[in-house]
Amino acid sequence: MHPAYSVILFTTASGAGYGLMFWVSLIHIFGAGPDSRWFEFTAMAVSLILVTVGLLASTFHLGHPERAFRAFSQWRSSWLSREGVAAVATYAPSGFLALIWLLGGETAWTAPLALLAAVGAVVTVYCTGMIYASLRTIRQWNLGLVPVVYLGLAAASGAVLLAFFLAAFGQSPIWAAMLSLIGLGGAAALKALYWRRIDADPGRYTVEMALGLSAVSVGAQAGGVRPLDPPHTRPNFVMREMGYQVARKHALKLRQFSLIALFAAPAAAIVLASTFGVAVTALYLLAAVSVGVGAVLERWLFFAEAEHVVTLYYGASRA
Amino acid sequence: MTTLPEKTEKKLGLVIDLDICVGCQACATSCKEWNTGGYSAPLTDHDAYGADPSGAWLNRIHSYEVGEGAGSRTVHFPRSCLHCEEPDCVTVCPTGASYKREVDGIVLVNPDTCIGCKLCSWACPYGAREYDYDDGVMKKCTLCVDRIYNETLAEEDRVPACVRACPTGARAFGDLGDPASAVSQSVAERGGFDLLEEFGYKPVNKYLPPRSPAEVVDTPAAPILEAAIAQPDGSKVEGFFAWIDQALSRSEA
Repeated sequence: MHPAYSVILFTTASGAGYGLMFWVSLIHIFGAGPDSRWFEFTAMAVSLILVTVGLLASTFHLGHPERAFRAFSQWRSSWLSREGVAAVATYAPSGFLALIWLLGGETAWTAPLALLAAVGAVVTVYCTGMIYASLRTIRQWNLGLVPVVYLGLAAASGAVLLAFFLAAFGQSPIWAAMLSLIGLGGAAALKALYWRRIDADPGRYTVEMALGLSAVSVGAQAGGVRPLDPPHTRPNFVMREMGYQVARKHALKLRQFSLIALFAAPAAAIVLASTFGVAVTALYLLAAVSVGVGAVLERWLFFAEAEHVVTLYYGASRA
Repeated sequence: MTTLPEKTEKKLGLVIDLDICVGCQACATSCKEWNTGGYSAPLTDHDAYGADPSGAWLNRIHSYEVGEGAGSRTVHFPRSCLHCEEPDCVTVCPTGASYKREVDGIVLVNPDTCIGCKLCSWACPYGAREYDYDDGVMKKCTLCVDRIYNETLAEEDRVPACVRACPTGARAFGDLGDPASAVSQSVAERGGFDLLEEFGYKPVNKYLPPRSPAEVVDTPAAPILEAAIAQPDGSKVEGFFAWIDQALSRSEA
C-alpha cells in the first residue's frame, strides 16, 4: 500500500496526542501529578495541538476536504466515520478541562471530565486501528492485533511525553520513568509479535482464485497463470495506490531502525536520566523526539509492507 | 446510506464469457467514451499522448497465459465492478456517497458527496474503483445507469456501452436475480462462476469459463489454402509471367 505522508503524520501525531491526553487525565483523577494547574494545562493543551495537527493533516489526502463534515454521518457501518465522531466528541471534555485549568477555577467537574477525556482518547485510537483492521483485502492489516498495536504505540509515546512535561515542571518521579519504560517495552513487544505474525502468513488468496482459472480448468496438464498483456502501458491508480511494495531487505533494515528509535534509544535516555539525575529534561526531550521518529518509521512500514489482494491481477502469485 | 439493502428487487449485472473474449479493448474504450460524458463525467486523463499516460477507466482488460504445453491457452480477462451483494466498499464509506441501489442492486458513488478519501478502493479486492485526481472523487462502473433506463435512446442501445460494443458477444447484460433470464440461463448452462468466491462479497457479475478442448465441438476442417488458389491454366500470358517471375528470382539469388 502506498504510504500517504498525511496519513502517517495524522496517525502518529494524533496517537501521541491521545496518549498524552489519556495519561494527563488519569494522573489528574488519581492526583499523582505536581500541584500545579499549569502543568496539567500545558500537557492537555499540547495533546490537543497534536490531535488537531493530526486531524488537519488527515484532510490533506482528501479530494474534497471542504466536504469532510459529511464523514460524521455513517457511524453505523464505517470505522472511519466512527473515528471522526469519537475525535470530535473527545474535544468536549478535553477542551473544557484545558479551559478550567487555564482559568484556574477549582471545581468538582474536573474528575468526571478527565474520565470522559481518557475514555474518548482510547475509543478514538481504537477506531483508527479498526479502519485498517477491518479491511479484508489486506492480510497484514486484517488482524485483531492491529488496533492493539495502535493503542500500545499511542500509550507509549504519550507516556514519554508526560514524563517530559513532568521533568520540564521540575519533577521526575520514578513512576513516570517506569511508566515510559513499560510502555515502550510493551509497544516494542507488540510490534515484534505483529511482524512475526505477518511473516508467518503467506496469504490465502492466489492468482488462480482471483481469475477463477487454472491450468487444469483450461485443459492443460501443467503450468500456472502468467500475465501476458497488461491492460495499460503505465501504472494506473490501482497499481500506484495498492501496488506499492517496499523491498524485503529494506523492510528488515527499517524494522531494526524503527525498533532502535522507538525503544532502545529512548529507553537508554530515560535510564540515564533516572540514574544520574542530570540534564533530565533534555534527555526526556531526546527520548520523545526519538519515539516520534520511530513511530513515523513504523507507520511508514505499516503501509509499505501491506499487500493488497488486487495485486494478484498484476502479477503477484499470492496475497 | 452506507448500510446495505437487505434485498434488492433486481440483480442487474454482466456475464462475461472468457471463452470468446478476444481482448480487443472495444468494451474498455466504449466505456470510457460513454462515461466521460455521462454520469461519471469527467473521466480525467493525464499526459494522454505523452510518455507517462494515466487516467480513470472503469473497465480494464488483462491478458494471461494459462497452463503450459498442450491445452495451454491465452485468456483475455475484462475486469470491472461486479456490483457485489455484500461489498465492504459501500459499508466503509464515511459519508454515504458509496451506496447500493435497492431497486436494481447497482453500486454507485454520489459524486456530490464523495470526499475522495479512497477507503472504498482499499476495500475492493477487484480493483474496480479508480480515483479521479482532477475531480477529487472516486469513479467506478455505473452499469451505464444513464443508458439502461434512458428512453431517449433506441431500445437496442439501452444496455451498458461495453455490452453494446463487444464484437464477439462475450458480454451480456441482464437480471441475475431472475433464474429465467437469458444471463442466468447461460450461467447455469456453462458453469458461470464468482471471482474470489472465498472472499465473500457475493459478486452479481459472473464469468463463464473457457471451454476445455474436449468440450469444443468438432467442426469440419476448413478447405486447404492451396486448393482455394487458382491453378495455372497453361495459357501463353501465364507462361510469360512465370518466365518473368523465374528470371527475377534468379537475378535476386
